[in-house]
Amino acid sequence: MARFVVRRLVGMVLVLFVISVIVFLIFNVIPNSDPAQRIAGKNATPQLVANITKEWGFDKSLPEQYLTMMKKIFSGELISYNSRLNVDEQIVKGIPATFSLCIGAAVLWMFFGILFGYLSAVKAGRFTDRALTVLAVAGISTPVFFIAAVFLYLFTFKIELFPASSYVPFTEDPVAWANHLILPWISLAILTAGFYSRVLRSNMLDAMNEDYVRTARAKGLSERRVMSRHVMRNSLIPIVTLFGLDFAAVVGGGAILTESIFSLEGVGLYAAEAIGNLDLPPIMAVTLFGAFFVVVFNALVDIAYAWLDPRIRLGTPAQ
Amino acid sequence: MAREPQAEPAPAGAGAGDELPPAPRGVSAEGAGPWRLAYRRLLRNRVALAFLALFVLIVAFVLAAPLWSRYVAHTGPNTTHTLETIAVNGKKREVVAPSGVPIGPVWFGAGGKFFLGADGGLGRDEMVRLMYGGRTSLLIGFAAAAITTIFAILLGLLSGYYRGWVDAVIARMLDVIWAFPVLLLGIALGTALAVGGLKIGPIEISGSSLWIPILIIGFVYVPYMARPIRGEILALREKEFVEAAVAQGAGPLRIMFAELLPNLASTIIVFFTINVANSMLLEAALSFLGAGVQPPNSSWGTMISGGISIIYTSPLLTIIPGLMITLTVLSVNVFGDGLRDALDPRSKVRLEARLGQAEAEGTAI
Repeated sequence: MARFVVRRLVGMVLVLFVISVIVFLIFNVIPNSDPAQRIAGKNATPQLVANITKEWGFDKSLPEQYLTMMKKIFSGELISYNSRLNVDEQIVKGIPATFSLCIGAAVLWMFFGILFGYLSAVKAGRFTDRALTVLAVAGISTPVFFIAAVFLYLFTFKIELFPASSYVPFTEDPVAWANHLILPWISLAILTAGFYSRVLRSNMLDAMNEDYVRTARAKGLSERRVMSRHVMRNSLIPIVTLFGLDFAAVVGGGAILTESIFSLEGVGLYAAEAIGNLDLPPIMAVTLFGAFFVVVFNALVDIAYAWLDPRIRLGTPAQ
Repeated sequence: MAREPQAEPAPAGAGAGDELPPAPRGVSAEGAGPWRLAYRRLLRNRVALAFLALFVLIVAFVLAAPLWSRYVAHTGPNTTHTLETIAVNGKKREVVAPSGVPIGPVWFGAGGKFFLGADGGLGRDEMVRLMYGGRTSLLIGFAAAAITTIFAILLGLLSGYYRGWVDAVIARMLDVIWAFPVLLLGIALGTALAVGGLKIGPIEISGSSLWIPILIIGFVYVPYMARPIRGEILALREKEFVEAAVAQGAGPLRIMFAELLPNLASTIIVFFTINVANSMLLEAALSFLGAGVQPPNSSWGTMISGGISIIYTSPLLTIIPGLMITLTVLSVNVFGDGLRDALDPRSKVRLEARLGQAEAEGTAI
């Protein structure tokens, strides 16, 4: 186990390094214009551009530029030249809202994904299954921000069921917190719930043909017990794997669209505003931290998995 | 856990030695080759065909943009009509009311002008914009999917054929790109390239060119397709027909493109439809945020972005382009799924793999 953890962590550090290099390349090397000009933002004076060139070392070699950029991002002295605000502070400020949104949505998509997937598999081919399939496919095909916009219009304006959103801290008023987050939670959860219900359905249908299920039936177990204890259990493994990846991806970027529509003051809204102004320093930091979060979270999930499942830590692929 | 992608060979001509899957047209009815069988299975799938018809309708709709613009609406997608009035069923109405609210759908009340009303502040004809915006969205969807497909095939072939260090390098690169959330990578590239554009050798692309979102979206999905293709090639590489080709003295190019590639035909076709759907969704998301299609071009995504700011007074400006995206992606998804069923009924990769995540590995360094 210790060997697996060390190996996995070394791999993680390498990937983090490569990712930081890619982020550097994306923002400062690949584009065809003066990086100082782009970082300075829309209302740049020649003086500001000259200052940035010097401060970021754009007249120096690429490795030096890379080190300067990383130092700026990680030391918390990165500022946006558009808004004159410290980028890292703004990001930290947005974290509670982003996590509130993502965790709530994750609970919803797991619950409904599993429920609908289970129903679909148990009633395979019948009306319930077909209706759920249509719902799932529609959910997978609809842009998140479109669902969010329609919800916003229907349920905060046409029928005033929920408050027009902004974020209320949980510590301030838990009821208002939830009330403001219900629509964003649902919007963000729909796509993944649809996707998971499809995955679970097909896994369960496969599992139903396995020998151990026939054995369970032969033992005289009730259909319900066969489904929940034998079929469902094994079929959930890929869902749990996907969950790790998807949750990380939603925190590390997927929430941007939902936050910007519901004006939830999280990291995503901050990023969305920066994109609208083509204000690069915040986007650099959000990209880097987002990708870092994904990699670190996945490494932790893997380690947790290896702890649970010896096949993984011994290096044989689990089937 | 689906660790390695299905090692299952593609149905078409698998293990058929030096015999390649015949071209669809060259098959006689009695022979009923794999392509012919797939075609028959597809014809029996009514739902898939209905959604194909819907997709064709949408394409026809956006292709008709210049005609509608010229003969019916008499205006272009970027022509503003802010201070003008039009006669709707004989009554004079302002295109944009003094309060800033644009006119809603007037259908044929003004002879086809402002069929769906005008868009926000600038008073542009929404119907004309919808048709031209759809061209952009569909163009990006297909062009980006083509780029993804070409790169994924090349990388998958190189990786799977040469194995060894070539494979190690390519596989690690794909893993790193795969670690980025797709949206985040698109945003990073989109904002970085929107200002000054891109310069690759002698080719210079301006920041507002449609090529920028096409290249970006094409690029970010490469790992999602290249990884499964690499897996399939690695499995096929071990088969006797490759050995036979080597024994005949076939070079690497011939083995890759004439022996291995044809076996992947059905995988590639199905992935292409998935790529089109995903590319269109990503384009819409990026454009919505301002990191995709840049003015003066517009797409369904930028139209929604403009509509959201006035959603309370003119909800249709958000709903109409949103429905168009949804219907298009839906039709591609359902048809693609039918295609998959027809080409490879045994395969497990279906709609569930749409987001490219079913190939997820537990240990994704």
